[in-house]
Amino acid sequence: MTWIDLGPLEAVPVRGARKVKSVHGCVALFRTGADTVHALDDRCPHKGGPLSEGIVYGQAVTCPLHNWVFDLNTGVAQGADEGAVATYPCRVEDGRILIDASRLTRDSAA
Amino acid sequence: MQKLIVIGAGMATGRALEHLFEADPGAYEVTLFNAEPRGNYNRIMLSPVLSGEKTYAEIVTHDDAWYAEHGVTCRFGERIAGIDRDAKTATTEGGDVLPYDKLLIGTGSNPFMIPLPGHDLDGVIAYRDLDDTERMIEAGATPGARAVVIGGGLLGLEAAAGLRLRGMEVTVVHIAPHLMERQLDESAGFLLRRALVHRGIDIRCSANSKEILGDGGKVKALLLDDGTELPCDLLVMAVGIRPNVKLASEAGLAVGRGIHVDDQMVTSDADVLAVGECVEHDGALFGLVAPLYDQAKVVAATLLGQEAAFVQKDLSTKLKVTGCDLFSAGDFAEGEGREDIVFRDPGRGVYRRLVIEGDRVVGAVMYGDTADSNWFFGLIRDKTDISEMRDTLVFGPAYQGGAPVDPLAAVAALPPEAEICGCNGVCKGTIVSAIEGGAVDLGGVRGATKASASCGTCTGLVEQLIAATTGAEVETRTAICGCSDLSHEDVRRLIKSRGLKSMPAVWQELGWSTPDGCHVCRPALNFYLLADWPLDYADDPQSRFINERKHANIQKDGTFSVVPRMWGGITTPDELRAIADAADKYAVPTVKVTGGQRIDLLGVKGEDLPSIWADLNEAGLVSGHAYSKGLRTVKTCVGTDHCRFGTQDSTGLGIKLEKVLWGSWTPHKLKLAVSGCPRNCAEATCKDIGIVCVESGYQVGIGGAAGMDVKETERLIDVASEEEAIAVVMAVTQLYRENAKYLDRIYKWVGKVGLDWVRERIADPVERAALVERFELSQSIYRKDPWAEHAAKKAETYRPVADLTLEAAE
Repeated sequence: MTWIDLGPLEAVPVRGARKVKSVHGCVALFRTGADTVHALDDRCPHKGGPLSEGIVYGQAVTCPLHNWVFDLNTGVAQGADEGAVATYPCRVEDGRILIDASRLTRDSAA
Repeated sequence: MQKLIVIGAGMATGRALEHLFEADPGAYEVTLFNAEPRGNYNRIMLSPVLSGEKTYAEIVTHDDAWYAEHGVTCRFGERIAGIDRDAKTATTEGGDVLPYDKLLIGTGSNPFMIPLPGHDLDGVIAYRDLDDTERMIEAGATPGARAVVIGGGLLGLEAAAGLRLRGMEVTVVHIAPHLMERQLDESAGFLLRRALVHRGIDIRCSANSKEILGDGGKVKALLLDDGTELPCDLLVMAVGIRPNVKLASEAGLAVGRGIHVDDQMVTSDADVLAVGECVEHDGALFGLVAPLYDQAKVVAATLLGQEAAFVQKDLSTKLKVTGCDLFSAGDFAEGEGREDIVFRDPGRGVYRRLVIEGDRVVGAVMYGDTADSNWFFGLIRDKTDISEMRDTLVFGPAYQGGAPVDPLAAVAALPPEAEICGCNGVCKGTIVSAIEGGAVDLGGVRGATKASASCGTCTGLVEQLIAATTGAEVETRTAICGCSDLSHEDVRRLIKSRGLKSMPAVWQELGWSTPDGCHVCRPALNFYLLADWPLDYADDPQSRFINERKHANIQKDGTFSVVPRMWGGITTPDELRAIADAADKYAVPTVKVTGGQRIDLLGVKGEDLPSIWADLNEAGLVSGHAYSKGLRTVKTCVGTDHCRFGTQDSTGLGIKLEKVLWGSWTPHKLKLAVSGCPRNCAEATCKDIGIVCVESGYQVGIGGAAGMDVKETERLIDVASEEEAIAVVMAVTQLYRENAKYLDRIYKWVGKVGLDWVRERIADPVERAALVERFELSQSIYRKDPWAEHAAKKAETYRPVADLTLEAAE
């Protein structure tokens, strides 16, 4: 694993998200009410909606375009909708957000 | 005219008088005595008053005007000391002797106080009338106050839940092994207990009270016989009631446990009738409202010399604790030849048990989902043969005969004689004929049939019946979302009555089932909180839909649209140049003129938003709030400035209105227009609020729409001056903000509260001024440009937090 420091936990609002640019397109970096962090592809499998712009609650986010709901831990769509987005390991250490970038940086693109 | 003296102004005598006046208004001259210093109110609704969900004014059944209209002489706060049956007179406490031709006794019941040592201490009360309720509300006002409720029956639990909602620490002491043992079986009792414990109520079953401990004459604690001491500042005894027969028995009437009456509600004296909780009929006593109303009907008929007979019926029970749906009917004791059908869904807390004897349902207990309760009650009452549907019976009416599952199917499947309103004994057929007769809304049905006018638990069913009968879409009071069983209306009321000023306070105090809500409830709560507590509550961007969080409209490709405000649709060459420059600089793919008289820049990238805003700000342009549930635009025509027909300065008024209203949040979007003459070029009559100028002044209409529904505005009020027009618009906007359900446009809200109600508020100068003042207070926070603020302080948050395309893996 290749852990990269993305910045302080405070850079992401509680029950909110920020985008991280990667070679595969944007990754949505979420912070929940319980201060856990999660990284998911920022592209809803339904119509490509930016999940990072959704409303975050519990361990879930709702896509802003058509209200698909995704589990932040698994990336799997909830309820009647079928689909999933990729997730990337990330964690908080000493107040900094770390992400496993082995699948996200230039060298891994190949 | 004959003289009728009525002793007791309760629900039963009140209903009897209604029937009497309806059938023959001139038959009797009525004098009404009441020991309580007030008239008839809906006693069943004391629990919602206690919990803060209703006010006393809302539960008054007969007001002064009603008594006056029917010529009733009211002597409230006065007791009758004695009855002389030979002389046919009643004597008041004060010594007045009044003759009667007929006497109606409705003395009700007294709460039973267990004669424990200390039961006469200050702070030990019953739960019976408004005075008790007020005592309880008062006790709840002290922070950290504690209450003990003795009795885990219907009344005790409603008291406990209400006190808890008032912020008290509450313990319920119940002698039986499970709650409401007369109505519920053990499993449903357990679910109810769990729900109440979840609300922070301490429940102690199989507990025996030994002594009430006091300190200086005031209650201090309840001592149980196992030695446990439960400290309390208030002790409510809710263990049962006893018919109040003192007066009748002293007058020599035949009395058992209650006052004996025959099927015509006549006592042992042919000129004395009795009704309500004080009577005993065929060995039975009555505590629920439905049989009392049946009795009242018979009383009125008997007084008018008509034939009628009271017949006892099966009864059902519902608990009025918001969020605890519970129903029981019939007999559900286990026994020889009885079989159970049980359905459980522990995850949702749903429990349903049917007791079958032969091919009949004899009892039903439901918890958690009581939507089909009336159907099951009908099966019990009508002794329906259920052998054909036994396989699917427990799933309810929607599953019989393969009918599709549809919220309306259950109610549509009910036979005409199915009882919908248990309190008033109104069946489906009666309601349907009222609807077909023109009562197409809840108020109309209540007026015509009384259905849902007492305890209100059947309101949803009545609304569904209206929908099923008229085919119209009727919005029912359903839960706000999956996180809570409370409706929007309940939540709004509780936020105000309990002073909840933050999102976590709402989640905690109102028992949200999720840690931090969901995408449905959070935006609604955020609006309610900021509308009700503009100075105390800080707007939560994370609870807003993206458009309102980023002050731009998200497009299907994830880009945004930017719409600068053009006050009243007026712009300048400089502004247009700035817009053109911005469109060039940020490579905006589409520039469009909107229906609200301004220009939309579509396809702006999210991370460019703060800089395009800063550029537009520099030219004096601010956010147009084209994205908000709030004020959008005030569309205008050119009015007297240029138009040969214009009667007033419609453009000027539009600009003034927009400057006053901009930045305000409302339950849904708010679009205005001002037309300079009745030719209405600004299309003001299909706006949420529309003003049409005429020679004599301004016609203000509300409730228009031109979206999924197309509606013409209804005239609210005509005013002479521009200042008044502005004040009216501010006041109506504030009234809408304070009262409407989130995501109801003005026309939907007006459809619920009625235009007359809105007009009364706005026409009253005092209320109008107060509304304007509250609106101004809120605007002192919100009347500002969010673009400038975000461009200056939050620009960083619009950019990616990191760019890994530039990083190389190690």
